[in-house]
Amino acid sequence: MGNNMFNDKVIEHFMNPHNAGEMENPDAEGTIGSPVCGDIMQIFLKIEDNIIKDVKFKTFGCGSAIASSSVATDMIKGKTIEEALKVTNKQVIEELGGLPSQKVHCSVLSEQAIKTAIYNYAKEHNLEFEGLKGFDPNYDPHDHHDE
Amino acid sequence: MREVYLDYSATTPVKKEVLDAMLPYFTQEFGNPSSLYRKGRESRAALEKARKQVADLIGANDREIFFTSGGTESDNWAVKGVAFANKSKGNHIITTKIEHHALLHTCEYLEENGFEVTYLDVDKYGKIDLNDFENAIRDTTILVSIIFANNEIGTIQPIKEIGEITRKRGIIFHTDAVQALGNVDINVNEMNIDLLSMSAHKIYGPKGIGALYVNRKVKLPNFMHGGAQEYKRRAGTENVTGIIGFGKAAELAKESLHEHIKKVTDLRNYFIQSVMEKIDEVTLNGHPTDRLPGNINMTFAYVEGETILLYLDVHGISASSGSACSSSSFQASHVLQAIGIPLENALSSIRFTVGDFTTKEDLDYVVETLMVITDKYRSISPFYKKKG
Repeated sequence: MGNNMFNDKVIEHFMNPHNAGEMENPDAEGTIGSPVCGDIMQIFLKIEDNIIKDVKFKTFGCGSAIASSSVATDMIKGKTIEEALKVTNKQVIEELGGLPSQKVHCSVLSEQAIKTAIYNYAKEHNLEFEGLKGFDPNYDPHDHHDE
Repeated sequence: MREVYLDYSATTPVKKEVLDAMLPYFTQEFGNPSSLYRKGRESRAALEKARKQVADLIGANDREIFFTSGGTESDNWAVKGVAFANKSKGNHIITTKIEHHALLHTCEYLEENGFEVTYLDVDKYGKIDLNDFENAIRDTTILVSIIFANNEIGTIQPIKEIGEITRKRGIIFHTDAVQALGNVDINVNEMNIDLLSMSAHKIYGPKGIGALYVNRKVKLPNFMHGGAQEYKRRAGTENVTGIIGFGKAAELAKESLHEHIKKVTDLRNYFIQSVMEKIDEVTLNGHPTDRLPGNINMTFAYVEGETILLYLDVHGISASSGSACSSSSFQASHVLQAIGIPLENALSSIRFTVGDFTTKEDLDYVVETLMVITDKYRSISPFYKKKG
């Protein structure tokens, strides 16, 4: 699909997303977005000894939202919580080999979903993480019109 | 890879007969119709033949057909022209909430210039209410512009009934018939239509050419000023090849109108039935019967429209959605909003439009692909709860 608006890697992750689906008894869950803005992403985490042992996602959104969810979840699997909190939307875009500018917000959604899940986990277990400082779980990536 | 084009409402391929009619006028009979020598006269004759062909498709007189660059120009000319010409009589215009942007944005422009516009509501099928319409008429109403058939959901308005009311009240009636042309039997006299916008590329003609029908009794100021073309009504050297293509396409459309309507309606109903049988939680948007023969607009709950379009595109299938997810907040189609579709469903709606070259095998392939899409992406949708 050389003339597609997305590159082959985005299409591949969209067609065959990694880590998609349900998780039974997750240790953490986070949802971001709303049907009103068009995109919603839900992340489930299995956490053992501060390490993300498994991750699943569910996304209602366009192709690039699904592809971003796929690579972002790949990027945090097996990582420590602090490492996962360092994943940025720019790294997600790099991993995807680029996204059209009007789709950059989709990568922000996956970064925020990961942080939301960890934020909920930290609250439940009374933990503090350096990478969550200043994080607002009610942040709406659609408020940002630039990248 | 198999390629299936299901976006005939966006544009149609040019039919071979149409192209063949056009070709000689690019290289051999290239004369300017305004020239007095033979080459010019040949062009003129072909142009006038095309005007008659277009007039015949809508039951008009050929002197009432003015060629334009397309539907958008025709809409602009008709609506701005009537508004500015009748300023002394009033400043009120009636239209609907489900017009094409060519009309809506023209009305917004007029609102910025002192006109008042009533945008009629539509029911859940996309039809206006005739009582609402009559009640909206004021002493100052100078123009009614109502889309003949909607481009997104295909709903056909009660045009004849509207025309009876406007004629009785002495108000000018314009309709954007870009989608209806060649898909609905149109007679401007029987339907009391004063102005009607048309476009060639929706009826297997070329792009960049359209026409405005102007009833002889309607005074419409010129929109393009310049030379004496189009009976001094629309200046600029005529798009001769485009006009000839439009004429041929109109002739073919008239010849095969009933056959075309039947064939395309059958395909449409076959597709709707097939999708409804094989996929759960799908709804048809628009009117069950009073809709364009080729229009299918459906909501595939829990899967975002762009996801569906992208997966279809990867599989060689072209369709469209009335919405797009961009960096700013989501804009759902104004038409789907007007018929009261909840936002999350509007986001999951797709328009398929079938046409003369569509086959049942094409539709079977699309339905199979849609089954895969709904299975695959519903399973990863945070909203979806499997029934049973």
